[in-house]
Amino acid sequence: MKLKFSNIIQVLGFMILRLCMICVLLILVVIFYDIITKGIGVVSWEFITKPPVDGMTKGGIYPAIIGTFFITMITAILSVPLGMGCAIFLNEYARDNGLTRFIRMSIRNLSGVPSIVYGLFGVALFVEGCHFGTSILAAGCTLGLMTLPLTITASEEALKTVPRAYREGSLALGATKWQSIWTNVLPYAVPGMLTGTILGLSRAAGETAPILFTGAAFFLPDVPNSVFSQFMALPYHLYIMSTQHHNISLVRPIAYGTALVLIILIFAMNSIAIITRYHLRKKGIAHG
Amino acid sequence: MGKNIRMKAEGVNFFYGKNQVLKNITLEIHDHAVTAIIGPSGCGKSTFIRLLNRMNELVLNTNLEGDILFDGESIVGDQMDPVELRRKVGMVFQKPNPFPKSIFDNIAYGLQVNGVKDKDLIEKKVIESIKKAALWEEVKNRLHDSALGLSGGQQQRLCIARCLAIEPEVILFDEPCASLDPISTHKVEELILELKKDYTIVIVTHNMQQAARVSDYTGFFYMGEMVEFDKTEVIFTRPRDKRTEDYITGRFG
Ligand SMILES: Nc1ncnc2c1ncn2[C@@H]1O[C@H](COP(=O)(O)OP(=O)(O)OP(=O)(O)O)[C@@H](O)[C@H]1O
Ligand SMILES: [Mg+2]
Repeated sequence: MKLKFSNIIQVLGFMILRLCMICVLLILVVIFYDIITKGIGVVSWEFITKPPVDGMTKGGIYPAIIGTFFITMITAILSVPLGMGCAIFLNEYARDNGLTRFIRMSIRNLSGVPSIVYGLFGVALFVEGCHFGTSILAAGCTLGLMTLPLTITASEEALKTVPRAYREGSLALGATKWQSIWTNVLPYAVPGMLTGTILGLSRAAGETAPILFTGAAFFLPDVPNSVFSQFMALPYHLYIMSTQHHNISLVRPIAYGTALVLIILIFAMNSIAIITRYHLRKKGIAHG
Repeated sequence: MGKNIRMKAEGVNFFYGKNQVLKNITLEIHDHAVTAIIGPSGCGKSTFIRLLNRMNELVLNTNLEGDILFDGESIVGDQMDPVELRRKVGMVFQKPNPFPKSIFDNIAYGLQVNGVKDKDLIEKKVIESIKKAALWEEVKNRLHDSALGLSGGQQQRLCIARCLAIEPEVILFDEPCASLDPISTHKVEELILELKKDYTIVIVTHNMQQAARVSDYTGFFYMGEMVEFDKTEVIFTRPRDKRTEDYITGRFG
């Protein structure tokens, strides 16, 4: 009798869990379906290689793709080495004391700060403070700052998955701490670090708020020619096309096309992260 | 200090935080001999031998009192570089810990971090150490396969080979056979007896027969104290302390 009751609980429990999963999946499917069906019609070779024309009612989104590419590069250049370095320091060198605990807590808190706040901060620090002006550099740095907490946390997690035995093993063989970290810890942590970092970058690539005041332009006929140029970016373009344009209903398809391209781009970045990890794990060196 | 004494602990107290786990340990480790350390779980055996190559430094919040000597020189202070020390005092861990590299690279690693660059020399030493560790026949055709594909016993002998490659003078074994089957255990024991000719060996073990078979000296630890230390035959035939006798006859532990 008792056994039967617990069986019912189990069946019910799993049913509820399955429902949860179906719900989530359904939401995703609906979003994708909506964007793909409405966007696929406008996405063409022309669309991704030509600038907008006729008051942005026709043409493509080439400058926005290029702009997003460049700011993401700047973001990566800033946040990847800094984030990894910081994580290595915190996890391998820093003593566990009040100060490091405070630093860790601050990093966690920073990752919860709304992106628009980073945008304002970027204006103060990069646009005005460093005299970068509204530019690719200022926007990239702002995004870099925003992803830094994520990169640090992800990299530290990756370092934590490397067994203590590897560190002890190499030290016991007469390796210095630096050698041990460099040759017997980092190689096994890098896949995980990369995965976390790429995920952080893909999030940055889709952000609008931090680039809003730091360099994103409404419309530029040409692609930027230096890091001090203003730029167009996919998420911002999407925002304009769906709220700021003088004829929103006319450009709706372009907005959907932009959304589709943005999603594909981010999806591609995430896939790269997953594939990297898969390959390195197959080689038997990733743990995450 | 006698001529044939390689390492010596003098009145060692050791604390993890406030918790004292070693109490006034004084012990001598003889040259070209096997010293076994036995005692019930948690009595501080691992803690003790990890002091001999300063491995406990990696643990935060510890405190060491007393002195530890290696060839008459103190190894606990700043005047001793732990990296130098660990080159001379090698360690094989309780759980085999091969690195996720090839068998060859696992052994070459120790040489590389110690600055050996000559490829031929590395190859020669790698093969030599594998042979010394009685592993050659089993791995000679798969030197470049991952070490993680080896059995537990093979992995442990690989770790021994890795340790031998850097030619230490003292080797610390922390329960090297804890995760091995009787056949692998037998191989490792034979190896230890063989190594005794060239090295000074300290071995922690839970296995009384093993201590009796391989060691020349035995120290019995109990709750952080060293109850008795003597020639192995004395400890196993005429122990002076009641606790030692109870332990080796299996009445507690
Ligand atoms: N890193 C650590 N932090 C705090 N306490 C520790 C740590 N390592 C060991 N201890 C404590 O120190 C005591 C001695 O541990 P140790 O590992 O030296 O015992 P052992 O004799 O090797 O036992 P076993 O035979 O089970 O391996 C134990 O009470 C243990 O809980
Ligand atoms: Mg132990």
